[in-house]
Amino acid sequence: MFGFAIRRLFQALIVMFVVALLAFTMFRFVGDPVNQMVGVETSIAEREALRQRLGLNDPMPVQFARFVAGAVKFDFGTSYQFRQPVADLFAKRLPATLELSFMSALFALLTGIPMGVYAGLNRESWLSKIFLSVSLIGVSLPTFFIGILLIFLFSVTLQWLPSFGRGEVVDLGWWSTGLLTVSGWKAIILPAVTLGLYQMTLIMRLIRAEMLEVIRTDYIKFARARGLPDRIVNLRHALKNTLVPVITITGLQLGAIIAFATITETVFQWPGMGLMFLQAVQNVDIPIMSAYLLMTAFIFVTVNFIVDILYYVIDPRLRIGRP
Amino acid sequence: MSLLDISNLTVEFPGRKSTFVAVEGVSLALEPGKVLGVVGESGAGKSTVGNAVIGLLQEPGRIANGEIRLDGERIDQLDKKAIRKIRGRRIGMIFQDPLTSLDPLQTVEAQLVETIRTHLPMSHSEALTRAIELLDSVGIPDPADRIGQYPHQFSGGMRQRVVIALALCAEPELVIADEPTTALDVSIQAQILDLMKALCVERNVGMLVITHDMGVIAEICDHVAVMYRGNLVEYGETAQVLGAPEHAYTKSLISAVPRADVTIDRFPNVNYIEAAATPTRSIDISTHWLGKARDYEAATGPLLQVQDLSMDFEVKSSIFPSRRKYFKAVKTVSFDIQPGETFGLVGESGSGKSTIARLITGLYHPSGGTVHFAGTELTSLSSRSQVLAMRRQMQMIFQDPYSSLNGRMRVKDIVAEPIKFHKLASSNTEVRQIVDDLLDHVGLGIGAGEKFPHEFSGGQRQRISIARALATRPRFLVCDEPTSALDVSIQAQILNLLKDLQQELGLTMLFISHDLAVIRQMCNRIGVMRHGELCEVADSDALYEAPQHAYTKELLTLMPSMDLLAKIA
Repeated sequence: MFGFAIRRLFQALIVMFVVALLAFTMFRFVGDPVNQMVGVETSIAEREALRQRLGLNDPMPVQFARFVAGAVKFDFGTSYQFRQPVADLFAKRLPATLELSFMSALFALLTGIPMGVYAGLNRESWLSKIFLSVSLIGVSLPTFFIGILLIFLFSVTLQWLPSFGRGEVVDLGWWSTGLLTVSGWKAIILPAVTLGLYQMTLIMRLIRAEMLEVIRTDYIKFARARGLPDRIVNLRHALKNTLVPVITITGLQLGAIIAFATITETVFQWPGMGLMFLQAVQNVDIPIMSAYLLMTAFIFVTVNFIVDILYYVIDPRLRIGRP
Repeated sequence: MSLLDISNLTVEFPGRKSTFVAVEGVSLALEPGKVLGVVGESGAGKSTVGNAVIGLLQEPGRIANGEIRLDGERIDQLDKKAIRKIRGRRIGMIFQDPLTSLDPLQTVEAQLVETIRTHLPMSHSEALTRAIELLDSVGIPDPADRIGQYPHQFSGGMRQRVVIALALCAEPELVIADEPTTALDVSIQAQILDLMKALCVERNVGMLVITHDMGVIAEICDHVAVMYRGNLVEYGETAQVLGAPEHAYTKSLISAVPRADVTIDRFPNVNYIEAAATPTRSIDISTHWLGKARDYEAATGPLLQVQDLSMDFEVKSSIFPSRRKYFKAVKTVSFDIQPGETFGLVGESGSGKSTIARLITGLYHPSGGTVHFAGTELTSLSSRSQVLAMRRQMQMIFQDPYSSLNGRMRVKDIVAEPIKFHKLASSNTEVRQIVDDLLDHVGLGIGAGEKFPHEFSGGQRQRISIARALATRPRFLVCDEPTSALDVSIQAQILNLLKDLQQELGLTMLFISHDLAVIRQMCNRIGVMRHGELCEVADSDALYEAPQHAYTKELLTLMPSMDLLAKIA
């Protein structure tokens, strides 16, 4: 177990190193950073001085080492457009994105798992058929369209929920949360549902397929033949055995939710990382782009690492060897 | 009043077009403390009877007619909730495969305790005490320590003991055992059968044993019911039914059971279930393509010589050679096979017999030792053409007829592939003619080539495998458990076919099986394997009449006795 964790950690470091290399080369190949920073009237001598001061004349490996050392300390340089450290901008935006992602993942799990279990156990019932066909719509409609649809229905027509923003935010110093106010909760519902709809469909279909597979196995038949109540057979024996593949997919999807909330954040004008990233792309703000790339990779790697460890927790066959 | 009374039971599976009747008008009775065997081949409906009793018929199956009474009380019409109270409490069930019938993610303790507490009003600690007692009574050593372990930490035989303990949790009056020993080795099978019989007598439990194995029936059953295509064809005391069968099906079934106590030349022709198509035209092997051009140099001395063959599998890899761990699957095994002879390898699972087959055919590379085929050292062959020439002379027939044929190819293409690959025929027309002749000769009939493998039964697929193996005109066949997935009557047909082909074509064979009886009928000489070592090599009659090695003796005594069976052959 320990050796396994160390090996996975080592692999994760290699991935991060490669991504850091990519993020670093962005500075080189997406325009000249000095040109981005100074005005038209800056003289060549001044430019050269700035270049020297920023260390852009140093050999590549030295620059890369400096970049990595900075990244480890969350120092990603200064944003070209906002003239502020990228780390500060992230700190302001990150809570919004994480809260949104967390809520939508929660929504996807809390609705997807029960629906999947139900549809797996009651294959022929009309309710499972409705689940399946409605969820098909969920996957096939693009996110922005669902967002707009929801805004039209709940904000414009019914006027129950706000159509943009985070509502009132409480600042806890290191974290700004919208989850402590009524308006914050109201504001998060629509974007969280929009973002989580696809994952919910995926989880539901996956659980359903796995359940259909598992309830055909001998140990489920044997559990029924021992007269165990359906609740124990279905939840303790069947559902737990479906979890390994479900955790893999859910883990990957959680990474995807956090990293690619961009579209939903744009539709709902959610003040998170995604919105900031889009503006950065429009303005060729390389420090933000490269930091965003690093952060996305970091989230993916971390989630995958946790997923691998979870396998061990769930499946004793991996944890305990044969005698 | 009997413990279990089944009268006139009919079970139907309604389909979209027609209704399939799985069991028709079956009546059985079982007394407490007795064992009733239900025997039959696949599709006989024997498992359906067991499932109907415990109320677990697969959808959309339903009891169309008849009654099932437990202690005089009707249980076939109970609603879901009421039948669940009987399951586990009054009727226990034992499944076939101990490797898959326990939940892999829960400890044995959790599974036992939850079952006990479902049926009996006990606290967790009382249930735990009872669970440990149960494990002790089914013969698991150190039950208090082992109860906290997961199923994968137990061996197959021990897991079957756990399954039995689970079935006995709430002191049921009736236990249904569906093929309880089919997945186990012969030595474990003997232990489990003894245990089941003893529990039955001790606890005065009635047991319904469902099996395809006449040996199991002969060993533990007081009464036996023979089923064929959903109908009960014969029912009576075991000695009576096995010793003096009346129905034609029972007779043919018993005659097809391979015997370890006598050697017979051929199995009597059993064509009650699935007759092979008679070849439409007889082929004179000596002039046909199959027999022609068998121009291998006659081997002087043994055809196959295996010398100090070993195979180690790495089970733990490490960059340091000293920390690597190996599993020695084959340990310095040596034997010879003479031309025209059938050499048998027999042993329990994990004894290394299949590994030897793979080493000889070049599917594995040996860790040590040599294999000489017709005087040539196989591992020394370097050029591809030499290797191909050797492979052409050696062919293999595998155990599982379902996974050894490519399901997306037509049968004619499957059989033609080796001929085309080795360029053994001059034109496509000739290839087509040869394939037709081959399929006809192995008993599949004309027109089989146009079909896909899934359109055939297990026995017919094994015939396709044999035709494919013959297509390279080999002189050496390796048969790795070729009939263990088949019903006995089909097994008899396939074994007869292999014997015929051997005589016609002068084939040399290596025949691998876990079944001592089958091995005796097929082989001239036999090697007994255990833990990767060859214990004993002897002529087949000598081995069975006067075994030398202790392990061979043990295996032979553990085999279910066939004395009860009528000697129809």
